[in-house]
Amino acid sequence: MARTNPSRTLKAAMTNTEVSSFTDQTKHKLGETVFFNLTRAASLLTLLLLLAIIVSLIHGSWPAIQKFGFGFLLSGDWNPPLDTFGALIPIYGTLVTSFIALLIAVPISFGIALFLTELSPPWLRTPLGTAIELLAAIPSIVYGMWGLLYYAPLFAQYVQPTLNATLGNLPLIGTLFTGPMMGIGILSASVILAIMIIPFIAAIMRDVFAVTPPMLKESAYGVGCTTWEVVWYVVLPHTKVGVIGGIMLGLGRALGETMAVTFLIGNMNTFNGFSLFLPGNSIASALANEFAEAESALYTSALLELGLILFAITFIVLALSKLLLLRLSRQAAIKL
Amino acid sequence: MDLHKKRKLVNKVALSMSLLAMAFGLFWLAWVLATTLKLGVTGLSWELFSRMTPPPGASEPGGLLNAIVGSLIMISLATALGTPIGILSGIYLAEYGRHTWLGQATQFINGILLSAPSIIVGLFVYSAYVAQMGNFSGMAGVFALALIVLPVVVATSENMLRLVPDTMREAAFALGAPKHVTILKVTLKASMAGVVTGILLAVARIAGETAPLLFTALSNQFWSINLNKPMANLPVTIFKFAMSPFKDWQEIAWAGVFLITLGILGLNILARIFLGNKNKQ
Repeated sequence: MARTNPSRTLKAAMTNTEVSSFTDQTKHKLGETVFFNLTRAASLLTLLLLLAIIVSLIHGSWPAIQKFGFGFLLSGDWNPPLDTFGALIPIYGTLVTSFIALLIAVPISFGIALFLTELSPPWLRTPLGTAIELLAAIPSIVYGMWGLLYYAPLFAQYVQPTLNATLGNLPLIGTLFTGPMMGIGILSASVILAIMIIPFIAAIMRDVFAVTPPMLKESAYGVGCTTWEVVWYVVLPHTKVGVIGGIMLGLGRALGETMAVTFLIGNMNTFNGFSLFLPGNSIASALANEFAEAESALYTSALLELGLILFAITFIVLALSKLLLLRLSRQAAIKL
Repeated sequence: MDLHKKRKLVNKVALSMSLLAMAFGLFWLAWVLATTLKLGVTGLSWELFSRMTPPPGASEPGGLLNAIVGSLIMISLATALGTPIGILSGIYLAEYGRHTWLGQATQFINGILLSAPSIIVGLFVYSAYVAQMGNFSGMAGVFALALIVLPVVVATSENMLRLVPDTMREAAFALGAPKHVTILKVTLKASMAGVVTGILLAVARIAGETAPLLFTALSNQFWSINLNKPMANLPVTIFKFAMSPFKDWQEIAWAGVFLITLGILGLNILARIFLGNKNKQ
């Protein structure tokens, strides 16, 4: 597009528009004030929403906080009929499933991001990237139902015996891979969680890899580096803040994932050992299963406190993720 | 083995692993979709759209009519409620508040709300609305879903408005347009495709949300479009039926899963095509 002479366009504009009258101006001023405050109120509402969530969770869990105090976090005794509640088992289940999910999802997401940015022919990038993103679009409940009826039986029949026969013989970590092979339990839920968070981590890794300045990559190729060396020694160090941010985002998603885990974790509120084959419980699935049926006020309150704990953990993880990603985008902005 | 050969080997191994990782991701997508498609298509029938959810052990075939209608009502109301606020907030973030504390704080918090567990939203609406009103209701479900729509729409409208080049704003200002007119008639119009994409994605997101409905809208076995009563909806019905031992309930659940997945994937692909076409223009 050819650049037009600014003074000519301005002149044309001035002849085309009528000189606004005094009433028009006041009307515009009023409209501007109203519109500005409307948008500001909408923003404030978003901010207040967070505050309202925190306040209502604290308010609702106050009876349980008063009754159990700090011991709530350390007790593994979850016994609704006796009105005694301790959050240790759901907290343990949430943290362990999310951790294992990350162990599986991070290398695979890295591989996918590497494939999409360096290996894939350009015409395949968009369709393959979209396919991975669609993994995130499938609702949690679909993963849950499919997981329970199709994946869990196969997991019990093939994967668990294999793991038991190989990793199960190792010292120390061997006990993690023993126990009942039902296809339902902590490990099984973790694998599904991993599949669900791969698209989030892979998408961020792909995006941050793509912002690496081509000059850096080309200089590495120029001195004879292989593709792998360029990615491992140049791209990854350059984008490490963003990569960690993406991993934290995946962790945040994994911690709060509800329906798929509810189907697969087994919902067991007692601790029977460290084996990953055993059923367990996570905060989100305890809430999904028990909240609507909670009879006593203290039961409801204890569940709300579980929700508060979950919100606090995910808030910290997601805030860290956001800060890291912001840092990378500022870094990139300065370099450009 | 000399260094050169070793480096080449490491490269080959790493790149093959990367290919395997890609295949791993696609494998799950294909498996989930294939299962859903196979069981969903066999479960499709006229009764699905004409009958109510069946009671346990019913002799006649049941359907999902009340759940489909309930879901549609709640999704449309939640979108109607969350979208305008979301767009307004997005406008503030992109046009007015780029350098104000409110703008930056809202942007940060919105990013967190976007990924916050949806079950927490359910808990919040339960304590703030259901517990106060004394019963589960369709309206509570609408509020919960609207709170999930909100951050999605805020984030996409902000991002899309930011993509509009400043020269367009300056051109409008030079013509004497006040800021709100510039926003409504120039920047918002220019980014309309992106904003609509955001709304489509938000609808896709809430269409499958189960957790926030579990203790807000609950579920209803019967036909009810009263927003002050528990309301049937697809996700919770699927959850209930999938966990049940009855064969006919599980079949209906699969048909429901098929409908939801089809709708959501359709919305996602539509959104991408919509945005893609606009970008090419």
